[in-house]
Amino acid sequence: MQTTIRQRFENIDYLDIALWVLRIVIIVAVLWGTVATILDNPYSTEQWLDFLIFGLAQGSLYALIALGYTLVYGVLLMINFAHGEFFMAGIFTATVFVAIPLDASGFTDRHPIWALLVIAVVAIATSMGIAVLTERVAYRPLRRAPRLVPLITAIGASFFWQYFFRGLYGSGITAFPDVALLKGSWTILGLEILKSQVVVIVASVLMLIGLYIFVMRTRMGKAMRAVSEDKDVAALMGIDVDRVIMITFAVGAAMAGAAGVLYALMYRQVHFFMGFFPGLKAFTAAVLGGIGSVPGAALGGLLLGLFESVGPCLFLEGLGITSPYQLKDVIAFTMLVLVLLVRPQGIMGERLAEKKA
Amino acid sequence: MPMLEVDNIHTYYGNIQALKGISLTVEEGEIVTLIGANGAGKSTTLWTIAGLLKPRQGKVFLEGEDLAGYKAHEIVYKGVALVPEGRRIFAKLTVAENLDMGAYHRSDRAGIAEDLERAFTLFPRLKERRSQVAGTLSGGEQQMLSTARALMARPRLMLLDEPSMGLAPVLVENFFETIQEINRDGTTILLVEQNAHMALQVAQRGYVLETGAIMLSDTADGLRQNPMVQKAYLGME
Ligand SMILES: Nc1ncnc2c1ncn2[C@@H]1O[C@H](COP(=O)(O)OP(=O)(O)OP(=O)(O)O)[C@@H](O)[C@H]1O
Ligand SMILES: [Mg+2]
Repeated sequence: MQTTIRQRFENIDYLDIALWVLRIVIIVAVLWGTVATILDNPYSTEQWLDFLIFGLAQGSLYALIALGYTLVYGVLLMINFAHGEFFMAGIFTATVFVAIPLDASGFTDRHPIWALLVIAVVAIATSMGIAVLTERVAYRPLRRAPRLVPLITAIGASFFWQYFFRGLYGSGITAFPDVALLKGSWTILGLEILKSQVVVIVASVLMLIGLYIFVMRTRMGKAMRAVSEDKDVAALMGIDVDRVIMITFAVGAAMAGAAGVLYALMYRQVHFFMGFFPGLKAFTAAVLGGIGSVPGAALGGLLLGLFESVGPCLFLEGLGITSPYQLKDVIAFTMLVLVLLVRPQGIMGERLAEKKA
Repeated sequence: MPMLEVDNIHTYYGNIQALKGISLTVEEGEIVTLIGANGAGKSTTLWTIAGLLKPRQGKVFLEGEDLAGYKAHEIVYKGVALVPEGRRIFAKLTVAENLDMGAYHRSDRAGIAEDLERAFTLFPRLKERRSQVAGTLSGGEQQMLSTARALMARPRLMLLDEPSMGLAPVLVENFFETIQEINRDGTTILLVEQNAHMALQVAQRGYVLETGAIMLSDTADGLRQNPMVQKAYLGME
């Protein structure tokens, strides 16, 4: 149907106009900054590539954590704000009980691969255990409550685990012991890349692919998708819905546990508050990609990581902002707000309004 | 011992009482129909039998066993399959995946493959569309998928809730023949229908439900000849 210009004007409301103005202002600012940066060119090609690789590594961590948000949202339409704590609990425990003793005994130097495997297994198992416990004790009894109730409970659970582990392992920053095997860098296609970043990117991509296959191809994956569409009818198929929900939490937490190990390899430190910002960023990534969508979480994570690492220098430097890198969090959360304003269903998501009811 | 015995069930939605003491039996091998006006409690009765709703009072027995302690998915293991009202297929899964879900609790691969072939013979349309996302099927095709999906559980007792809804008139007759065929293959059927005409043709016995209680129960022929049924459900004066 053709709409005349007049009709179009009549249909526009002020919020739309405000949104358009906002979009235009941001696009102009970004373009201006980008052009100015390029003309000025304060960084070398190597430096740009460094930003890019770092962004990819950071983004793949976000993607791994974002999967937990997206899977749980898919089956329960609930945002599990305690997910960042699952990420923290695994690697914090594995650092205190495995990484540090193994390093002190010299085992890590002698058998680095085995040491990393044990660390990963303990971290992943702890994350899964905490997630399953949280689901069973705090969320399952509220399954039929209004949606705001589990949301608030999740925030409570998040605080609970933060202070639980703070009480258990202390409030200081604990150094994650260096793994000699992963120190230094490799030269790949003429580029010097930190070994730890290569490991992070490769491991994350493999896990993302594995999870996608799990969800699309396996019996349990299909059951998860069935439960996310219609719980009553899933039960009529002989699916134990409570069990599927528990497994969904466990799978998401396994990804978070693995992300915790990779995080420790990259940043070489852990602490009780470490789940907060990565959790929030990963949530942003999940919303950006379209919460509920597995490929969306992966894409959202990578995009967010790239924007955060390349964005400050590319967009902001040219605007005359000094030390723009400190503003990377601003970029991340500006993106969250923009996505919510402009495309609330995210890049690959469907409209939330349709899914509810 | 009857296949299914429903004994004086009272089911509530919160404080609203939907069933006020329903009792009915279905013998092995029968087709029994449940007819009644909108809101009479037909769907509620089926959901209570399937274990998705728990009766506040009364019991459901499957071959003499009290189902009170079982969850809905465990009742499926016992051989009960419900085709819910309004199709309720998994719209984002493919046709083949929907059928897989019907056989979720089974592990006999050969038997599953056999039942898949049978479902495709009964509903050839589904075979053509097996790799299509189910949400893109027409309403009638979705209804067929919903029935075929329940068959994949190889149920001994099938509860059908208005399975002919949305089917083109030319397909309705065919569909009821299919239901009789399923029954001849050994599946006992409890059929809820808006189309009382067809339902009373394929069923041996029937119950008439009104505002949560059984008003009448008779053979299908008996009900067809009953002036009250003729007036209220068969549209005759
Ligand atoms: N989820 C619900 N919450 C509250 N009341 C409900 C709910 N579902 C059904 N009811 C009520 O229970 C009664 C029985 O409903 P039910 O769906 O079993 O009727 P029905 O015979 O299947 O009707 P129809 O022919 O329209 O499918 C109705 O009065 C209905 O309003
Ligand atoms: Mg009904």
